[in-house]
This record gives sequence, structure tokens and C-alpha cells, in this order.
Amino acid sequence: MPLPIGDILGILTDNIRLRGSVLPLPKRLISAWADGLGIKEGGETIIYTGHMYQLIPSIKIMAEKMAGLENSILTRYFWMGRIANKAVNLITFMGSPSPEEQARYNNYLRNIAMLLKEAEVDFGCLFERELYTGALIFDQGIDHVFEMHARKVYRLLKENKVRRVITVDPHTTNMLRTIYPKFIKGYDLEVASYLEVLCEQDTDARNPLDADLVIHDSCVYARHEGVTKEPRLLLKKTGARLHEPELSERLTHCCGGPIESLFPGKAHEIARKRLGQLAECGNKITTMCPICLVNLQGAAAKADVDLKVTDISEYLAKAYCAHV
Amino acid sequence: MQRLDIKFSKEIGSYDKFNAAQCFNCGTCTALCPMGINILPRILFRYVLMGMKDKLMENKDAIYSCLLCRMCEDNCPEGVRIAENIRVLRRYIGRHVYGL
Ligand code: SF4
Ligand code: SF4
Repeated sequence: MPLPIGDILGILTDNIRLRGSVLPLPKRLISAWADGLGIKEGGETIIYTGHMYQLIPSIKIMAEKMAGLENSILTRYFWMGRIANKAVNLITFMGSPSPEEQARYNNYLRNIAMLLKEAEVDFGCLFERELYTGALIFDQGIDHVFEMHARKVYRLLKENKVRRVITVDPHTTNMLRTIYPKFIKGYDLEVASYLEVLCEQDTDARNPLDADLVIHDSCVYARHEGVTKEPRLLLKKTGARLHEPELSERLTHCCGGPIESLFPGKAHEIARKRLGQLAECGNKITTMCPICLVNLQGAAAKADVDLKVTDISEYLAKAYCAHV
Repeated sequence: MQRLDIKFSKEIGSYDKFNAAQCFNCGTCTALCPMGINILPRILFRYVLMGMKDKLMENKDAIYSCLLCRMCEDNCPEGVRIAENIRVLRRYIGRHVYGL
């Protein structure tokens, strides 16, 4: 039997209502990435993670469990899970990611913060007070719950006198820049992705990269937010040689991630197809979205050839930062 | 026999962003869609416009399989807001079928 759409959406929606996130994580896990970086608390300009990178190791565990349940008889009992989840956060029973795995994703955020510092951007952070943006329930059309949540996020930012938000991934950028203003009258935050901010700052790379990189554009950055030239400009300045698949920039092909929680089998098929298109251009692939990263890495792990899929921040930090 | 439910198409049509009536059924979207599901998205829109609620409900999996990637939308000659239209269908199903 396929996974029960209604029960899964119910669990995700209940989590947002009751616990403020589709996959509620311990507060400490949300802000651990910033340890020792000396980022100030709050300020008019802040970096906003939207929890996306921190969530990936837990999303991976959940996705593996879901893939195991797809087409199994156990799908019949999901309704019980929904009832239980109202009382106890079931995510905590799914198992925790290893500290190394969590550190790897935290490290992408550290890279981004260091890149901004290197480019002399003055920014703070809300650390544990930050909230997930609600992107997943927006996509599923659960607008009344999404709207309530978006207002809560906006209130948090306004109470902290934030005026400018620097985002780290396409989904958070899209929510805070394009979607929230449609739901909140008078929304007045300035939102830019760190890739756009770094381009604006026009800094030069310190350490040239001798690498051939294949670029995978995120659908959300490319088609929803028009962010395509920035990652290319930044990578070109490093000296890396860029290779484009046939479907790139505004024509990019999805990684399959958006349907991972409801149709894991189909999501993996799409990731495999996209990875094949990318692999035709080279074996070092770079992504700019944590969802693309985890999906394409998953497909690469099952591929017959040796393919390396890495977040763009890894290459940028090596080239632009003094101590990486 | 297919039952037509005009109330249903009126309710979906009343959501301000739903503009499937602009679709002239050229098929570009279906040809470009990475999901390769024949009814995604234009045939689903036909079901709504014609009030074929039962047909739409039979195809909930296709509706929730859409990646909202906008490959179709970016290339639609009629400017149909395809991803938003799919979200509107989800909103309807979420409310009326799943009680969300
Ligand atoms: S591309 Fe646009 S006009 Fe053509 S069938 Fe699809 S939605 Fe309709
Ligand atoms: S937005 Fe949905 S219907 Fe359009 S191309 Fe992407 S998956 Fe297919």
C-alpha cells in the first residue's frame, strides 16, 4: 500500500501547530552550528537558517523509515501514529543522527557564516529562538495553519527589530521573500540569499580552486527566485571550471526532494535521473540547496561510478576564507 | 456515468489564484513534466473546470506527486499558474477529504 497521504500530512501539520516545526528538533541542535564563531545576538541584519540544514540528518532518518514502510501493510496503522504524535513527539523515537552526520550539515552553515564575515558583512543571529518557516505545509496547501505560523515568524523578527534577513537556502529565501508578503499585509523585511549578498560585496577569492565542477541549480532558486547568475559568478572567481548540464539555470531539473515524504520511491527515481544528467558532465557536482544535496548524495551512494556531491559553500569557503 | 459537480468547480474557481481556465490544452506542460504522469497537470485542470470531482478524487496521488518544480509553468504559453493551481487542489482536498 502507498503511504497514507492524509495521515502523514496530519502529523506534519500537528507538529507545526503543537511544536512549531514539521520535524521538531531539540533547541540546542538548532543553534549548535554557530558555536565559537562569535556571531552577535540579534541586530538589524541577521543570518536566518530556517532550520533547513540542521534538519537534514533527521529528514534522512525519517525518509529511510518511510521508504521502508512504503507498500508495507503497516501503512494501515498510520492513523494511530497521528493520534500518538499529538501527545508525544514521535520524531524522538525515530532515532538520532550520528554526531558526525549532524556536524557535517552544521559545517555548511559555519562555511556560510565565515564567508559573510570574510566579505565584511555585519550580521547577528537569533540562535535558538529562530523558527522553521513552514515551507512544507505551504507546499501541501494547508494554508490556514501556514498563515498562522508565518505570522508567528514575522512577529519574532519584528520584535527583535530585524530589518534585513540573509537566508542560507532557497526554500527559506522563497518563503521569507516571496510567499510571506502574500499572507501578511504590510510585510516589510528585506530578504536576500547569502549568495546574492556575497556577490553584492564583490570580494575576491584568496585561494584559487583547481577543480572541474558540475552545477545543479535548485528549482526554487532558479525558477521561483531568479537566483542563477550569483553562484556562477562566485564560483568563476575561484578559478574553478564550471560545467553545465543540458537542463540548467531556469530549465533545471528537480532533484525529487519535494515528494520524499509522501512518495519516497518516486523521489529516488527522479534523483537518479537528475544525477545521470549531471554525471554526463563530470564527477564533482555542486548543489546550493540542502534538499537537493541530500537527495543527490543518496542517489550518488547507489551509483556504479564514483560521484561526489557537495554543497557550494564548501568550495566557496575553501576559496574565499582565510582559515578553512 | 460521470457525475458533474458544479458547486465543486465553483468553489475551486473562487480561490483567487486558480487560473486554469486560461489553459488551452497544448500539452507543453505534460511533455516537460519530470514526473511523466500523463494527467499532470492539464487533465487535472480539465476535471476541475468540467466539475468532474470524482475523477479528481481518484487522482489524489498525482496531485500530491507534483514537485511544484515549475518546469511546466515557466514554459506555459498561456501563463497558467500551474504550481499555485496544484496547491489550490491540495488545499481543497486537505480541507474536504483529510479534514486538515
Ligand atoms: S502548457 Fe499551459 S496552456 Fe499548455 S496545456 Fe499546460 S497549462 Fe495548458
Ligand atoms: S510543477 Fe508539477 S506538473 Fe509542473 S513540471 Fe513540475 S512536477 Fe510536473
